[in-house]
Amino acid sequence: MASDANGALVVTHDVARRDASRRATPANGGRRKRSARRFSRRDILVAVAMLAIPVLADLAFIWGPAVVSVALSLFKWSGVGGLHARSCIAGGLFPDNGCFTGVQNYHEAATNYPPFWPAVEHNLIWLGVFVFIATPLGMFFAVLIDTGLRGNRVYQTVLFMPVMLSLALIGIIWEFIYSPNYGLINTVIGHNTNANLIDWLGDPSLNLWAVLVEASWRQAGYVMVLYLAGLKAVDANLKEAARIDGANAWQVFWRVTFPSMMPMNVVVAVVTVIESLRAFDLVYITNKGTNGLELLSALITNNIVGETSRIGFGSALGVVLLVISLIPISVFVYQMFGRRGAR
Amino acid sequence: MKRTSSLEDLQFSRRAALRGLATAAGLVTIPGALAACSSSTSSTSSAGSGSSSASTGTSRGTISFGSNYSDPAPKQAFAALVSNAKKATGVNIAVNTVDHNTFQDDITSYLQGTPNDLATWFAGYRMQYFAAQGLLEPVDDVWDKIGANFSDAVKSLCKGADGKYYFVPIYNYPWVVFYNKSTFTQKGYTVPATWDDLMTLVKKMKKDGLVPFGFADKDQWPALGLFDILNLRVNGFDYHIKLMHNQASYTDSQVTDVFNHWSELLPYMQSGAAGRIWQDGVKILEAKQAGMMFQGTNQVAAQYVTDGKKLDDLAFFPFPAINPSYGQDYIDAPMDGFILPAKAKNKDAAKQVLEYIGTGAAEASYLKYDQWDVAVATGAQVPTYNSIQTASVQAMANLKGVAQFGDRDTAPPMATALETAILKFIANPAASGIKPMQSSLASQAKSIFG
Repeated sequence: MASDANGALVVTHDVARRDASRRATPANGGRRKRSARRFSRRDILVAVAMLAIPVLADLAFIWGPAVVSVALSLFKWSGVGGLHARSCIAGGLFPDNGCFTGVQNYHEAATNYPPFWPAVEHNLIWLGVFVFIATPLGMFFAVLIDTGLRGNRVYQTVLFMPVMLSLALIGIIWEFIYSPNYGLINTVIGHNTNANLIDWLGDPSLNLWAVLVEASWRQAGYVMVLYLAGLKAVDANLKEAARIDGANAWQVFWRVTFPSMMPMNVVVAVVTVIESLRAFDLVYITNKGTNGLELLSALITNNIVGETSRIGFGSALGVVLLVISLIPISVFVYQMFGRRGAR
Repeated sequence: MKRTSSLEDLQFSRRAALRGLATAAGLVTIPGALAACSSSTSSTSSAGSGSSSASTGTSRGTISFGSNYSDPAPKQAFAALVSNAKKATGVNIAVNTVDHNTFQDDITSYLQGTPNDLATWFAGYRMQYFAAQGLLEPVDDVWDKIGANFSDAVKSLCKGADGKYYFVPIYNYPWVVFYNKSTFTQKGYTVPATWDDLMTLVKKMKKDGLVPFGFADKDQWPALGLFDILNLRVNGFDYHIKLMHNQASYTDSQVTDVFNHWSELLPYMQSGAAGRIWQDGVKILEAKQAGMMFQGTNQVAAQYVTDGKKLDDLAFFPFPAINPSYGQDYIDAPMDGFILPAKAKNKDAAKQVLEYIGTGAAEASYLKYDQWDVAVATGAQVPTYNSIQTASVQAMANLKGVAQFGDRDTAPPMATALETAILKFIANPAASGIKPMQSSLASQAKSIFG
């Protein structure tokens, strides 16, 4: 959740700065020169410290491990003993260990690892469902509740409840609901006998969708709360003016509310992408990310954690996820900073 | 093989592990006085070991024992074993219990970090794999003393690939076909001896409205047991072990044959196995909705006890013969026991405890609280055996070869690959899918072992 909070922070902070700079535009050139002169040695030291500490922490805890992962992805390693520059030897009773394989791990992942492509596909489906169903649904709930319909506080509480549960707990709760012989759904719809049971979490053609229902259950509430906060901040006069001009509810939302909430929309978009890429907990709780629930994050874990111990291979999968994650991160950074720099 | 996959355990085990470690550490730091006291009052001594530990100056000392016997029944049995070991050796033992699955998942880092002086583990390749990486301490000197208590078959499962001993066993249990006696009597079924008998029986059961085979594979390893037994029955022990050790290829026609038999049986096995935990599978047998279930006694009989059912009605038979030249000569009978990590601190005391554990008396003290496993020491006297345990002893008495289990006989990543392929096969058993699955398995084996 820290990343979401960070994302939100960055955005609001940035918007504030943008506003400030916009206000200051007329005097921009002169101001900059003046302010440069005003920095004392002490100011510079403080600025350097405030930059250096986060940068070092970032390098040590994020980019350092990332680079090490890239290096490890070129080896075949069980996690025991050292790494060697020699190439791997086949044919032993035990798999060779700590030897250099180059890009072989990536090649294996793409051509000789059955769960890989399903995992990529499932990650994309996950993103698609979040972008086109869960997040819009949360926005819709927020707009509905914001209209002040009767009992809106009750709805708000009910819809927000799943957000307060950990994903692991959500997985467990839904496991009871989906259980084939003893679960709630099958019992209610009468599909709990062995002849006709629906195996919600075991059938690989169903279980991804079943888990996406769980995930959306939470994501919608999460987006709702974020969006509701944004909606409260929209000037009611704007909406009222639009209504007096004869706009219907649909038009008021899309022409007035939505555009005036651009900062919050960006937050929601970032949260949606982050939540999709880091999807892991639910599938891991359900079946460790196998049999129809393959996700890249789960494959990484299954190879690195546990007895499987294919550290090099798992690292290669991690690098793939890193590259995929860099796409939305780059887009976001470009949107927030790049464009302004060009302006 | 994993027994449980309790979700709460997953959540809290790490904390529990830390707490356990803290406790163990606390106990270790208690000055030698206490330990010395306990050893002087206990008159029993394992021959010859006194001098070596005396030289360390801490008398027999204290050891920590890492245990994955986290379910209530095994935990109780283990506590009984430990308390008897304390009495017999004078070594003070601090037990550190970790959730079963977590323990297995962490084994690599556990053995490389600060492991306990002794730890629970599994016999066969799964132990040899870690021994070969130098993570286990040879215990040949222990076996010099306990060797006479065990058969050659057991001994070979306790040796590493280098021929040294790395393991001391406590019990094993067979994978067999369970049924309720009342169901068989009521419907007039007879125990099938051959594949044809079995197919006749399952057809009859289906007609009678029963699920012929209860089946659950959410944990992914249970179906591996069926793969093993089909391979053992169709192709024999030697081929099975060759395949597991990457000395035969998954593209072989023998493997096709295994999956062809499985396809024939699959319509008579409970559907929806991929979403069902084995505990729920056993419940179907308990409720007499299923006619049979193929699983280990360590799961089925244990679950009957957990659910408060009597074991009187439960019985089993070895999987029917398929290839007459191999008959019912082989079986999966996983053997559990203990290892001495190479990084253990108090190896002398740990070896004394192992010397005690490697006796029929120690096994009997464990099995007093365990109603489903059986002793592996030759001629162990266990007066507390029930009908299931007595039948297990008989079922394993005349075998010509004992395999451990798919995930204990091969490299861990290969077991995972095989489990994944089998799940896919269960969901879509079309004959056209078998060959592609075999070549995928073969190329994965090449990449894993290569």
